[in-house]
Amino acid sequence: MIFAAGGHSPIEQFALKKIIPLKLFGFDASITNSTLFMILTVGLICGFLYYAMRGAQRVPGRLQSVAEMLYDFVASTVRDNLDDGKDGRRFFPFVFALFAFVLVANMLGMIPGFFTITSHIIVTAALALLVIAVVIVYGFMRHGIGFLKLFVPSGVPAVLMPLLVPIEIISFISRPVSLSVRLFANMLAGHIALKIFAGFVATLLAAAGAWKVLSILPLGLTVALSALELLVAFLQAYVFAVLTCVYLSDAVHGAH
Amino acid sequence: MDPIAAKYIGAGLACLGMAGAGIGLGNLFGQFLAGALRNPSAADSQRGTLLLGFALTEALGIFSLLIALLLLFAV
Repeated sequence: MIFAAGGHSPIEQFALKKIIPLKLFGFDASITNSTLFMILTVGLICGFLYYAMRGAQRVPGRLQSVAEMLYDFVASTVRDNLDDGKDGRRFFPFVFALFAFVLVANMLGMIPGFFTITSHIIVTAALALLVIAVVIVYGFMRHGIGFLKLFVPSGVPAVLMPLLVPIEIISFISRPVSLSVRLFANMLAGHIALKIFAGFVATLLAAAGAWKVLSILPLGLTVALSALELLVAFLQAYVFAVLTCVYLSDAVHGAH
Repeated sequence: MDPIAAKYIGAGLACLGMAGAGIGLGNLFGQFLAGALRNPSAADSQRGTLLLGFALTEALGIFSLLIALLLLFAV
């Protein structure tokens, strides 16, 4: 490990630790630090929304306006990308839940020492597969077999079809892959970069004499990177929500 | 070739992919600024699209960084 400082590897922070070992029906269902932070994330969202909207007023107080801003933000995203018809609206709770979960999970991960659940591909892949499963199931429910027209672009000469249909199918299949890898890779790479720059500070502080002064440089970079990571944590949650809306609009509206 | 050396060379090569993300981000913000200076009143309404484009473009650079990090720490 060339970057290791103080005997710590930059990927050590992503290690799963069993807190309560548990076996259910032959499966390993232990409570790990990942499980703990998922519960914490969901608890934080539900607790905050419940507490903020407890005594809802017509003129909102401070906490209530934060909750309403969150609602309004997701609602306008759904309105813009999923069309405010009677059918697009019914996916609002789904998109809101996804956005809130990813946002709070990313933000919790930014607190030093906390575990980032979205930095594991299994978590983001599960979320992305859920989105695509909803798209496929709802698409077939609504349009029947006509949903497959999604793969046949309209107004294209028949000669080009053998070429275009596989391309459309491949692009559809790559959607859950890119949706999950985008979120996971951003979180993983961001946290590793933070750890590596923090490692430079520790290495320079351990160095002899005047070299210690130089440690202010990586320290400044670490602060700047933290600011960028906070922006990225929010943006990735937003991108996840927007892309979910875009994919769902295929299922709602069918082929154009 | 020594497999460890090949690993580090591969990680370095994988980072070249970030040049593409750099070009893309420069293009993105440059074009936005050019458009925003021509018509400043329309700039604010497009900020959401700008940030969406930023996140989508930056993710591609992150993918190549991920390959480099995987080569360094996971392989």
